[in-house]
Amino acid sequence: MSLVGPSLAVSAILFTIGVLGVLIRRNAIIIFMCVELMLNAVNLTFVALSLVYGLTGQVFVFFVMTVAAAEAAVGLAIILAIFRHHRSVDLQNINLLRG
Amino acid sequence: MHLPLAFLAALGPGQPGWLENLQEVMRRDVALIIGLPLLGFLLNGAIALWRPTAKAAVSVIGPGVLLGSFGLSLMRFLQLASAWRIAPEEAPVINLWSWIPVGKLQVDFAFQIDQLSMVMLLVVTGVGSLIHLFSVGYMKSDPGYARYFAYLNLFVAFMLVLVLGASFPMMFIGWEGVGLCSYLLIGFWFTDKANADAGKKAFVVNRIGDFGFLIAMFLLWQAFGTLSFKEVFERAPEVLPAGGAMVTAITLFLFLGCTGKSAQIPLYTWLPDAMAGPTPVSALIHAATMVTAGVYLVARANILFALAPTSQVVVAGVGALTALFAATIGLRQYDIKKVLAYSTVSQLGYMFLGVGTGAISAGIFHLVTHAFFKALLFLGSGSVIHAMHHAYHATHRQEDAQDMRNMGGLRTYLPVTAGLMIIATLAIAGIPPFAGFFSKDEILTMAFGRGEHQPVFRLFWAMGATAALLTAFYMARLVVMTFFGENRTGAEERKHLHEAPFIMTGPLLVLGILSIAGGALNSPKWKWLEHWFTPYRLESWLHPLTSAGARIAQGLGTTIRPQEGATEHALVALAIVIAVLGLALGVATTLKARTVPAHDAPAEAGLWKVLYNKYYVDELYERYIVRPVVSLSRVLLWKGIDQGVIDGGGVNGSAALSRALGWLGSRLQTGQVSVYVVLFVVGALYVLGMVAWR
Repeated sequence: MSLVGPSLAVSAILFTIGVLGVLIRRNAIIIFMCVELMLNAVNLTFVALSLVYGLTGQVFVFFVMTVAAAEAAVGLAIILAIFRHHRSVDLQNINLLRG
Repeated sequence: MHLPLAFLAALGPGQPGWLENLQEVMRRDVALIIGLPLLGFLLNGAIALWRPTAKAAVSVIGPGVLLGSFGLSLMRFLQLASAWRIAPEEAPVINLWSWIPVGKLQVDFAFQIDQLSMVMLLVVTGVGSLIHLFSVGYMKSDPGYARYFAYLNLFVAFMLVLVLGASFPMMFIGWEGVGLCSYLLIGFWFTDKANADAGKKAFVVNRIGDFGFLIAMFLLWQAFGTLSFKEVFERAPEVLPAGGAMVTAITLFLFLGCTGKSAQIPLYTWLPDAMAGPTPVSALIHAATMVTAGVYLVARANILFALAPTSQVVVAGVGALTALFAATIGLRQYDIKKVLAYSTVSQLGYMFLGVGTGAISAGIFHLVTHAFFKALLFLGSGSVIHAMHHAYHATHRQEDAQDMRNMGGLRTYLPVTAGLMIIATLAIAGIPPFAGFFSKDEILTMAFGRGEHQPVFRLFWAMGATAALLTAFYMARLVVMTFFGENRTGAEERKHLHEAPFIMTGPLLVLGILSIAGGALNSPKWKWLEHWFTPYRLESWLHPLTSAGARIAQGLGTTIRPQEGATEHALVALAIVIAVLGLALGVATTLKARTVPAHDAPAEAGLWKVLYNKYYVDELYERYIVRPVVSLSRVLLWKGIDQGVIDGGGVNGSAALSRALGWLGSRLQTGQVSVYVVLFVVGALYVLGMVAWR
């Protein structure tokens, strides 16, 4: 039995959870984790489809992981800075860019 | 064959390459003829800016450049005279550079020398030189001496562009340029508000006329696709149907330009006010040259006017009406320059009567003789004002140095001026054999002759003849009030009256000779004169330029029948009787009237009051044109359109609109990350959907 179909299904579920998390939650850390979740859902898709289309997908996953690591470093630093400034990471209170 | 003609023929056509040679020399000299006064303007302008006290240099440069220009013009005249009958198509055109090369519109910076522009060239540089020399004496003690000569030189340069330009736009450069110089010189003593206002009035009224000139040029370009004189006049008879709406519109708009520049009804009001400038300026610009530009324009475009008989009637009618109307005002003016100003308006009316009748050479002839005697009259009055001014200045009395009521008996103090002014008066009144008699008589005879087919010209002739009577009257009044009777200047002032220096009387003498002998330029075709003069008449000199128009007139039946035999003799006799009668009446009534100095004079009453106040035309214009225009501008254009629509709608409106749009856009920027994400997701889904279900 091919693992491609179930893998894609799992990745779709993970991605949807990530999107919903970003949309619904207010805590910056959780939103950040949901973004990571979406990235990993995509990674899973790459890996699954590499069974069909060759190893390129797996190579791409490494790139995604590298970028995600860099993004995590920058993102966490920003969140830390926000927390120092506001004493909170609740994004509802952070609306300095309101028009 | 006449000997001089044979001599000239030996120089001219027939010699190999004469046309090329003519072109060559003309090219070199035209640049110099115009360039010299321009150079004078630059030098004098530089002196006026940095060394205004260097009067000696100005006295040399100012008149010097004009004399040089005049000398060159005379030489070119002799050369053109060798090509006596040169056709308009062959006349040299000097193309300096391409000025406006825009698509189909090609205008070259080009000058044209033919018989007509040569006449104008000689008048402008010749009379101009004399007036420049006179100015050296007249303006001697003025602090703005250098500035004055700078403007005067610039005026001459522009006037030469006007008369030498080879196309309508070239002529327009000069037309506007002389308007500018006229404005600068009328308001020369601009610290007095009245003078500055007079300059402004001249400028604004002239703009109305220029609008007509511009419209005419647009129409010409639409009809011909070119604006050069040669092409327009060559193709006019085939392009424009005779008597058609197009040619009538073109000529009427051109004539509107003429009424502005040449002070005809209804735009004449600026010229009397223009007397606010220095007197030599009045002589040069507002009598001898610039104001005749309109006559020159009609003469230049005589083919177009010949194609539009309706316009010709308008031109002649306005001319005759102006001649009569202005002459009546001249009857009751006391300012010596105002009398001469209205006289100028009236004489310009004669010129338009001439060119409107189709007698181009008669109109130009009167232009030339008028330049002589009117320049003499103005300069003579300048000499009188100069003496009066010095007399009042010496005793510190505040009286009007131009009011004739303060003069009287000046002939004993200013004998040369008095004698020359009397000569000029006889010339303008039309006493033979002075210059004005021949030119005025020819215009009236021609108008009478055209009346044979178009009776309305008989009316114009009658108006012209009446105006001649009035002219003789007011000129006699001027001379008697100024030079005869008892002196009214004042006992103390009388001792200071003295004749002008030679630098002023010298040019007057030359103009006096020209006023006496100028009639010989176009002597009548009388049997006993014919043998000597006929080949050299101005009419035959201009014939190559007027013949095409005359042929058109023949086709339309508007040709002028020359008067012969008894009719001619009767007309001439009548003209002389009118002139003598007018002079006699003027002398008699003025001597009889007890004239008192201006500050003792009683107020005017009755008809005299109307004439003294110039028919209240200025007041009428003020009330019915100027004020409505001003209030319309204020209420509608300024408060309504400028402040309301442009500022309110355009400037502030667009600002308010972009601010409102910005406010709407800013509502999207909530600062809430989740809102952005929602929007992002919606957008992403939309794009995905587009890709999937394309």
